Amino acid sequence: MQESEKELREVAKKLLLEKKVDLIIGYEEGTLPLRTRPIFIREADETKKLVWNFRCENNLCFYLKMAKERVGIVAKGCDIRSIIGLIKERQIKRENIFIIGVPCSGIIDRKKIEDILEGRELLEGIESDSQIILKGEGLEEKVDKDKLVHASCKSCKYRNPVLYDTLIGKEVSQGEGEEYSDVEEFASKSDNERWAYFNDEASRCIRCYACRNVCPACYCPQCFVDQSLPTWFGRTLHPSDTLIFHIIRTLHIAGRCVDCGACSRVCPMNIELRMLNKKAEKDVKELYHYEAGISLEELPPMATFKMDDPQEFIK
Amino acid sequence: MRKGDRLKEKIIKKEQIGKWLEKLGKDYEIWAPVKKNGLVSFYPIQSAKEIYFDFLNSKKTPKDLFFPQSEVLLSFPKEEVGKEVKTILQKPRIIFAIRPCDAKSLALLDQVFDSEDYQDPYYVERREGILLVGLACTHPQQSCFCTSVGGGPFEKAHLDLVMADLGDGKYFVEALTQLGEGLMQRDDSLQDVQEKDREKLAKTKEEAEEKVKSKLVTKGLEKKLDKIFDSPLWDRVHQRCLGCGICTYLCSTCHCFALLDEKDKARVKRIRNWDSCMFPEFTVEASGHNPRISNRERMRQRVMHKFNYFVERYGETACVGCGRCIQSCPVNIDIREIIEEIRNE
Ligand code: SF4
Ligand code: SF4
Ligand code: SF4
Ligand code: SF4
Ligand code: SF4
Repeated sequence: MQESEKELREVAKKLLLEKKVDLIIGYEEGTLPLRTRPIFIREADETKKLVWNFRCENNLCFYLKMAKERVGIVAKGCDIRSIIGLIKERQIKRENIFIIGVPCSGIIDRKKIEDILEGRELLEGIESDSQIILKGEGLEEKVDKDKLVHASCKSCKYRNPVLYDTLIGKEVSQGEGEEYSDVEEFASKSDNERWAYFNDEASRCIRCYACRNVCPACYCPQCFVDQSLPTWFGRTLHPSDTLIFHIIRTLHIAGRCVDCGACSRVCPMNIELRMLNKKAEKDVKELYHYEAGISLEELPPMATFKMDDPQEFIK
Repeated sequence: MRKGDRLKEKIIKKEQIGKWLEKLGKDYEIWAPVKKNGLVSFYPIQSAKEIYFDFLNSKKTPKDLFFPQSEVLLSFPKEEVGKEVKTILQKPRIIFAIRPCDAKSLALLDQVFDSEDYQDPYYVERREGILLVGLACTHPQQSCFCTSVGGGPFEKAHLDLVMADLGDGKYFVEALTQLGEGLMQRDDSLQDVQEKDREKLAKTKEEAEEKVKSKLVTKGLEKKLDKIFDSPLWDRVHQRCLGCGICTYLCSTCHCFALLDEKDKARVKRIRNWDSCMFPEFTVEASGHNPRISNRERMRQRVMHKFNYFVERYGETACVGCGRCIQSCPVNIDIREIIEEIRNE
């Protein structure tokens, strides 16, 4: 067992025993190869189920949106940025949340494993320090974790928690690489190419809304897509309906998205939602010099007005 | 074995399938599993080369060929409000390489949309023109539990024709209906079955059945569910749920929809879209009251409908064990575990 996992269990146990929190939200092993999943622990004894590894892919902030008690939450760098957003936007109270921060060197993108499997079934997955071993019928393949890291984690500059109540394990090195090279490359394409790309992505969308539901920035009691009096836009699978959903969601989370990648990871149809989100993030950074979820004090750009705000777009 | 049965069985070599489908393609639109963007789904094909034969199962079920996710039921110019318009125009279709579990799910949908009490004209019209060519599962997955809900990887029920990959470049083909026989007769290059093919088939079938490792006891589950509507179990099993549409939209048997009227400058449309009991809006009443107020009630509805209400009404479980909900749930909610918990409650 990893040292940090042991430490995590002890910390969680103590928090419950000392009644500092009523509930721990963390990860446990799941029922499919390489899957972990969220777990809710109220009894100190149960903390032995907690795990912390490369496969802890869910952003657990979804559950904070609903929690009514004092919660201890296991949170990676990006999850903590989500928590900061939720506190700033008064969705949760800082004093009700005990942040168990875990430095994170990036987490798995299971879609990359699907690519390696090429349709074969994964019967077992074993994680070691630097590799994942994939096993199946006539299949045994070792893959470096580096090759499986989610795109959001690759360039993440906040792998070490920016806010926490206790820190598990040691600090790690930050992500490398130019964050916006993909966006820039994409932006340099022709209108037609970009339009074709988005249409193609949207054409696979089944409107399950998992991307929205899991997003820590999407917490409206009723989303615009669900309103029926009046109906703001159509529910069909026509790209004009699905694309509008994604474009409006991108606008709603501009300056609030922390690039946790949760939306892309939950999508059952492999839709690359990150391109839109990154573009919005880049624009907010350039126009307002603001990055979401870094500090509790800095005011969100969409909720403030400064005389020198750029406004060339108002014609 | 009677003589007539033998005529209904043939062997086709993998490389012959293209020719056969080409002939069938003259009269039918053929939908088959195709891999696009890393996902396998059913698409209309022009050539057998597009088919992805080695798929485990498709991401989406082929149910939307009968019951599309979004369908205009009526459409008319604004001035003619009140006039009904006929809609469906469809060349006869073949769904090629449908899995036995998905074929079974269609039989369940038939009970809902094409029963004595009610016929859904859109569904019925589509269904009539569609032939099902099955492909037996030689690679059932870990998450498959078809054998626990009355199915099996080599189950032939509800198909017009079934094929099984014998692993030596040959497929065993068996016609199960007259229409299926018709499809088989379209190509006279199909070969006669040899005794060793038959042996191979039996062995492949046995091996496949052994691979279905998930065994659930579903017998009597509906009675148990009758008693535990208010059980604290429901507080536990839903906790992780995100309330999304994945498990119901990718499910073989889910069939809920909502009607919506839309109008633009020129036309009025009545549209039917899939809906899901996992969505909060599913049961919001006109007053604003919502009887299924949280994920707890919604998860209970999903389980109750599949394993209790549907059984009560149609005598069968509204789950064919395809495992799609298990595979694709973003928080690994596993219907097998829920069933286990219910049994142990
Ligand atoms: S939009 Fe996606 S990446 Fe951004 S915060 Fe929401 S879930 Fe995370
Ligand atoms: S999760 Fe994927 S399929 Fe579902 S609504 Fe979002 S983009 Fe569409
Ligand atoms: S797919 Fe999973 S998270 Fe989504 S509604 Fe179903 S059980 Fe809940
Ligand atoms: S409930 Fe799950 S396993 Fe059962 S038919 Fe639906 S998707 Fe398949
Ligand atoms: S489980 Fe839910 S979505 Fe599926 S058919 Fe039943 S009520 Fe409808």
